[in-house]
Amino acid sequence: MAKEKFNKETYLNWYEQMLMMRRFEEKCAQLYGQQKIKGFCHLYIGQEAVVAGLMSAITKDDKVITAYRDHGHALGCGVTPNEIMAELYGKATGCSKGKGGSMHLFSKEHNFFGGHGIVGGQIPLGAGIAMAEQYNGTKNVCVCFMGDGAVRQGALNETFNMAMLWKLPVIFVCENNGYAMGTSVQRTTNLEDIYKLGLAYDMPCGPVDGMQCETVHDAFAEAVARARNGEGPTFLEMRTYRYRGHSMSDPAKYRSKEEVEEYKAKDPIERVKAVILKKKWATEQELDAMEDKVMAEVNASVEFAENSPFPTAEDLYADVYQQEDYPFIIE
Amino acid sequence: MRVIQFREALREAMSEEMRRDQNIFLMGEEVAEYNGAYKVSQGMLDEFGAKRVIDTPISELGFAGIGIGAAMNGIRPIIEFMTFNFSLVAIDQVINSAAKMYQMSGGQFGVPIVFRGPTASAGQLGAQHSQAFENWYANTPGLKVVVPSNPYDAKGLLKSAIRDNDPVIFMESEQMYGDKGEVPEEEYLLELGKAHVARAGSDVTVVSFGKIIKTVYAAADELAKDGISVEIIDLRSVRPIDYPTIIESVKKTNRLVVVEEAWPLASISSEVSYMVQKEAFDYLDAPIKRVTTRDTPLGYAPTFVEEFLPNPTRVMQAINSVLYRN
Ligand SMILES: Cc1ncc(C[n+]2csc(CCOP(=O)(O)OP(=O)(O)O)c2C)c(N)n1
Ligand SMILES: [Mg+2]
Repeated sequence: MAKEKFNKETYLNWYEQMLMMRRFEEKCAQLYGQQKIKGFCHLYIGQEAVVAGLMSAITKDDKVITAYRDHGHALGCGVTPNEIMAELYGKATGCSKGKGGSMHLFSKEHNFFGGHGIVGGQIPLGAGIAMAEQYNGTKNVCVCFMGDGAVRQGALNETFNMAMLWKLPVIFVCENNGYAMGTSVQRTTNLEDIYKLGLAYDMPCGPVDGMQCETVHDAFAEAVARARNGEGPTFLEMRTYRYRGHSMSDPAKYRSKEEVEEYKAKDPIERVKAVILKKKWATEQELDAMEDKVMAEVNASVEFAENSPFPTAEDLYADVYQQEDYPFIIE
Repeated sequence: MRVIQFREALREAMSEEMRRDQNIFLMGEEVAEYNGAYKVSQGMLDEFGAKRVIDTPISELGFAGIGIGAAMNGIRPIIEFMTFNFSLVAIDQVINSAAKMYQMSGGQFGVPIVFRGPTASAGQLGAQHSQAFENWYANTPGLKVVVPSNPYDAKGLLKSAIRDNDPVIFMESEQMYGDKGEVPEEEYLLELGKAHVARAGSDVTVVSFGKIIKTVYAAADELAKDGISVEIIDLRSVRPIDYPTIIESVKKTNRLVVVEEAWPLASISSEVSYMVQKEAFDYLDAPIKRVTTRDTPLGYAPTFVEEFLPNPTRVMQAINSVLYRN
């Protein structure tokens, strides 16, 4: 449902951003099949509205941190497709210089504090990033993402308590896509309303329809205002869905085709497109042209990655310590 | 003899022991309905039911501790870590509870538990998913640490680990699960803490364990063409370490190389080298050499993986060096 308060520009931005995430990752899936991209690779396809709705609600000075399913968040923060694709290839021109790969995209320039591989490991980090903003007296906030599986890590409880105690400007976001690998939310808890975890700490919290940019934006806008005003954290449960398997090696046999189709029918990109067309903010042809532009950027990123060099063997020793002459054991 | 996969050998070990002893259960992430992240426990839910093959949330600290508590109270849990990288979230319970309980309670509360799962690198998985902590666990009194390198050893050692009354850390490899090897139909057990002379030889002793021992076999095959005879010792267990077998071999060959997939500082290779220089100094004809991973986290790029890991060439160089060949 379109709300009047979002204007043409916002919708067109959402559309372009989500289209970029979708097409970029469809390309990733192809390239993984061709073994150009290696290791673990987790696609965000289906969840794009969460990042799009966030980006219209925060500023470039706010900070973002997430887990390993991080391509969408990096793109949303403004990391270029070139730098991300090169990273997925393991090239020296990647946003983490080929050291991180798919799970560990980082960009200090874009205030993207990374993709983290140990489930839940980023939860305390997110609170710490917020603590630094508070310490420095800025008005910036940190948005800290986690999965529905990650909320079962003990670190969440310790962090929630301290974040509330110290009123840290952090927004904890559970992207509840229904599954942690092959395990559905129901099978791991008697508290299926994940947002209610916030209640134990009196943390403002609530569920959000994560398939719609509008609802996502509104929830973030409210939480961000609270954090900027010094009123502390919020815990949002974004109800969303991943269309693909957990990672490239997961056939996802644990869920039904009907379930996947049910969510695809609510596809956030199609939804935003329908609003744009209905409001006559753009014609089909103009949207096609936008899609062509996105595809051209995606293809250019592949070209860039292909033509970039791998880091050298000696680069293994670079960036381990800030000390320049650290005495590694070399035998 | 029949040939089965490494993962099947592990599954047989667990299943046979669970049939024998009702007090054993298997618990971990994705072990039941998904049949194991790496299909080690495939079919076990069907056979043993949800009471004994238990899926957990992603709560390593919690389910490691719950397993230890159950073990203190008469159960014999097998706890699967999806990989040992994630065991770090649980390591407090393993070190402060499992390893200490028997002594702390004056011998009243034993902890008969097995923590098992894959260790070390498995391709381009990045720094947080490519770590080997054998030496971390081996450093801790109260634990036993087993690292098999082939299906036969995996089955015999895991059965013994499950029967053992002390906490055992049992470390496998994603890259070995598909390996095939001969495993007899009949039941057998392999004693924990005993090394295996995998290949007899006379010119040089090479000590290794786990997946990376394959680089030693490859290097030894290559050197055999030049008439070099390599004795290969598969430690099988890194706590305790079977020093008598190592020392006896070094007294025969007078040269030692240790090959390990782990960072060099305070590693199993450091420990073995110390003990050998202390116990067999007069028998050594050359300084001991070791081949470890590079002294860095393992980044994602293929060039890093290539550079980081021990490989047959580096093993041959080390062997040649202790033999003072070219
Ligand atoms: C501490 C830890 N345990 C286990 C894993 C293996 N693992 C990686 S992703 C994952 C599932 C996480 O699911 P969720 O938090 O819902 O995030 P999603 O993948 O759905 O985005 C698991 C179990 C890990 N990386 N870290
Ligand atoms: Mg999930």
